[in-house]
Amino acid sequence: MSVLTASHEEAAAKPSHLAIPAGLRAAAPVILLLVLGFLAPLVTVAAYAFATPKSFDVFRSFTLANFAAIVEPSNTVWTSFVWSLSYALATTILLAIIAYPIAYGLNRMFGKWAGLVSVLFVFPLFVSENVRLYGWVLFFIKNGVLDGGLKWLGLAGGPEVLYTPGAILFGMLYVYLPFMLFPMTLGLAMIPKDLVDAARDLGAGRLMIWREIELPLAMPGILIGMLLTFVLGAGAIAESKILGGQSVITIAQDIEIAFTYAQNWPLGSALALLLVVIVSGLALFILSRLDLDRILGRR
Amino acid sequence: METRSHIQLRALVKVWTAFVVFALYLPVVCGALAGLSKGRYFGFPIRIFSTEWWEKTVASLEIQTLVQNSLLIALIVTLVSVFFAFFGALAFARYDWKGRRLFQKAILLPIFFPQPVLGLALLLWFNALGINPSWQTAVIAHLVWIVPVVTLVIAIQVYSFDPTLEEAARDLGASRWFILKEITLPILWPGIWSGALFAFLLSWGNFPLSLYTAGVDSTIPKWLYSKMVAGYSPMVPALGTMSTLSAATLLLAGGLVITLLRRRRRDV
Repeated sequence: MSVLTASHEEAAAKPSHLAIPAGLRAAAPVILLLVLGFLAPLVTVAAYAFATPKSFDVFRSFTLANFAAIVEPSNTVWTSFVWSLSYALATTILLAIIAYPIAYGLNRMFGKWAGLVSVLFVFPLFVSENVRLYGWVLFFIKNGVLDGGLKWLGLAGGPEVLYTPGAILFGMLYVYLPFMLFPMTLGLAMIPKDLVDAARDLGAGRLMIWREIELPLAMPGILIGMLLTFVLGAGAIAESKILGGQSVITIAQDIEIAFTYAQNWPLGSALALLLVVIVSGLALFILSRLDLDRILGRR
Repeated sequence: METRSHIQLRALVKVWTAFVVFALYLPVVCGALAGLSKGRYFGFPIRIFSTEWWEKTVASLEIQTLVQNSLLIALIVTLVSVFFAFFGALAFARYDWKGRRLFQKAILLPIFFPQPVLGLALLLWFNALGINPSWQTAVIAHLVWIVPVVTLVIAIQVYSFDPTLEEAARDLGASRWFILKEITLPILWPGIWSGALFAFLLSWGNFPLSLYTAGVDSTIPKWLYSKMVAGYSPMVPALGTMSTLSAATLLLAGGLVITLLRRRRRDV
């Protein structure tokens, strides 16, 4: 007991206003990791983006030549930007529609099954996306599961969907579904059930309840889901490589080519910087509007 | 009060969910079938089933190295990320401090970020530091993404934690270490275990970060990808299926332990 009291007095003796707050002390390791593992690489990318093209003169040269090369009329890299951002947008909108009924069911209908259904949706996150996408290749390929199965039934065989732009969109919907579903489910869980009941008792129709109560209250979660889907979709690369068979080059692939085959790190960095500015700008804009304590369930 | 339209809606939602779950697992089943068919090339319906490719995969020395790399990376990532994220979660959800709102947003940024771009950015940074990429740098890359995820997982548990318990112990004269060991940790165990499970499985299955930051060392997803692009053999779906099955087993076992922990905590 005396040991405990001594240490307590020692702690109390410290002037509290001079000490580092407990929160900051607890946050310190994570902050260090984010500075060294996230901020510093982004600063390096930014520095490379202004370095002499096709050189490794980082921090020693400053030029806008890389950005000039991107906006040059003969350069078609902008089509990759358009493709990636359009894919990301289409994925976000379609997944919002696909995931909403499931998120609703998880909150209101599945009861004791909700846990199991959630696990079924979480698990694919732990299987790398290339393995799952390759499963679709085996499904859609000539003499694959779909084509061979239909022929076996005496039908004409499956449609040729593999290696088309549509297959890429399909792959993206498939890979990013959990990223839309779970924030959306958290969002829908924020709707107090008695509020909906009260509105119904007062004679509000289902559409009105949805528009006036459910949607606004679930919006933070839905927004996070949409943001996450859009951001990840904008950087998608595996879907176009595995299911798209290079029918479309996404921006992440252009960045990768600049970094690897072309050995033009400054150009790749300039492209990456543009993508990061778009994506992080959007992320910061939306995140700054949200109260994370409420979404994650602080009481 | 169940109206008819409500019953219809309920059925519709159930059918839709079942359909999406089916689609979610269909490619996994296709991979399993391809790994179990006899020929060099995949054709459906499968004529002859055989475990030939599974045996070859298990016997391959190259694949044993991959499994060791993946395991080593995932284990280190799990240990380190749980340690970082435990304190990170306290800062996220428990303490009231000046920079908390900013910290909460900052920690989300690596999650809200395209992973291939993060991997390439880290590659540049390692190069600028003069570090050769290897499995060690892949560990760092995984941590940048996984620590924030685990922090969120543990933070959700921290939110349900009553801070007055710690204060009461302090008033009774308990030391900081004693409070951490006897009060904070036992209450947060289920969240910590969930976080550890997430960390291991996310690292085990990660592809984009390993692709760019592991250098000459390979992990299971990285090797599978290189074979998918060039040099398909039924070992690809066989190893993919094995990796999936191990993740599923771990998830089930871990889930069971966590459920037991939660139940015991409720009983106490």
